[in-house]
Amino acid sequence: MTLTIDGVSKQFNQTGKTPAIVLKDIDLTIPNGQFVSLLGPSGCGKSTLLSILAGLQKPTSGKIFLDDVRITTPSPDKGVVFQEAALFPWLNVLENVMFPLRKKMPKKQQTERAKHFLQMVQLGKFLEHYPHELSGGMQQRVSIARVLAMDPTLLLMDEPFGALDEQTRIILQQEVEKIWLDTKKTVLFVTHSIREAITLSDRILVMGARPGTIIKDFSVDLARPRKKADMAPLEETIMDLLKTEIAKVMREELSHASND
Amino acid sequence: MQVTIKRIIFFLLLIAIWQGIVLMEIWPQSMIPSPFSVFHTLYLGFADLTLVYDLLASFRHLFIGLAISICIGTAVGILLATVKTADETLGTMILALQSVPSIVWVPLAIIWFGFGETAIIFVVVIGGTFVMTMNIRTGVQNVAPIFLDAGKTMGSKGVDLFIKIVLPASVPYAVTGVRLAWAFSWRALMAAELLSTGPGLGFTLSYASDFNNMSLVIGIIIIIGAIGSIMDQLVFQRMEQKVLTRWGLQKT
Repeated sequence: MTLTIDGVSKQFNQTGKTPAIVLKDIDLTIPNGQFVSLLGPSGCGKSTLLSILAGLQKPTSGKIFLDDVRITTPSPDKGVVFQEAALFPWLNVLENVMFPLRKKMPKKQQTERAKHFLQMVQLGKFLEHYPHELSGGMQQRVSIARVLAMDPTLLLMDEPFGALDEQTRIILQQEVEKIWLDTKKTVLFVTHSIREAITLSDRILVMGARPGTIIKDFSVDLARPRKKADMAPLEETIMDLLKTEIAKVMREELSHASND
Repeated sequence: MQVTIKRIIFFLLLIAIWQGIVLMEIWPQSMIPSPFSVFHTLYLGFADLTLVYDLLASFRHLFIGLAISICIGTAVGILLATVKTADETLGTMILALQSVPSIVWVPLAIIWFGFGETAIIFVVVIGGTFVMTMNIRTGVQNVAPIFLDAGKTMGSKGVDLFIKIVLPASVPYAVTGVRLAWAFSWRALMAAELLSTGPGLGFTLSYASDFNNMSLVIGIIIIIGAIGSIMDQLVFQRMEQKVLTRWGLQKT
């Protein structure tokens, strides 16, 4: 499975204003089993790109292929983990994980499979609980179990730990890394945390804003699990790169504000 | 418990003031009967089962009417939420009709259906339908986009998406709709029964008024108020709380 992004651009037409170009000419090839992070300042279009890959938004121009199949609509072979857990509050934990399996297998098999993945994210004892009874971190675990149960070929994660506290975040990062090592799925992981990107990824795509483009493609060849000391040099390089980007965004926003 | 004690003291005080006013004999007993006389009349009414039959009749009208209005409201609400043209035409009309007090429909119902139970049920249906419709419409339209996105990425679309995600996601609005529909229907029911030829609480109220039985008039008003608040607080508010908590819209 190879993900190919071919000249994808996205612009939003605003009435009475010049169209906002969110993504411009994104070209990218992601080979099977790679863990790739999309890193960039807010407003660089990284979430939009993920949403286009999921088939939830249409690009203004350009094409996306999973192997030779063009992506235009959402489908279960592209699993998405959203920033909010997006669990259905009217279903309990087990039923939530069974949701994508409904039409694919007999009930008994669905239950077994859902239980298996819930145990994988350490929630085997919470099957009967409802989402509102779980903490944010536990909810996000359920949504990871749900997406894994679907067995997608491509896993898209949109700042999945963005809303969690630091400790929970670190624990979940370790779990995601372990799950990825076990399943070897292709992962595209959107984040604005440099440390998070380096901890998890084989490859980091740094995005710049206005218009959103990929400004640098780093491959990370550090031994896993990654140590702080090993990560420091790369962290600094990316930090410097992003500083100039963020400064650029700030300057533009301020000049926009003074023009209004 | 605190609150319950406060309430009991409040009502005892109220009855004491009432009794005090009666004892001052400013107005004749035929205008302001004593609390004892009112409770005695209620006791007699329940003892000879006349009030029980009235209550049963009223509840029958209410539940038939409410059930019909919930069904119609749900169907029309879904229609308005999903078909834009329907919303722009029928939706505007329903919004206008919602502001018409339900007692206004009583003369029309009497002409169409006579003074019988059909007319009462018709008014009850009208009373509950519009508010149910508008709540279902809002609920279906306001489903969080994240639920839809999540559903789509898990292979759900079209009718399946609607039944498995949109409908359950709008349940909190539906529950509020049912609660409001009950409240509106209850008011409409009383209005309709007042002008009907019975049986029913409202009919007995107007009957008592015709025969200058002030104790019964006040007694029935108390029953109407009590049933209204008991149903609202014990049944509907609890149901709403439970749903809002489960749906994560309210912290416990």
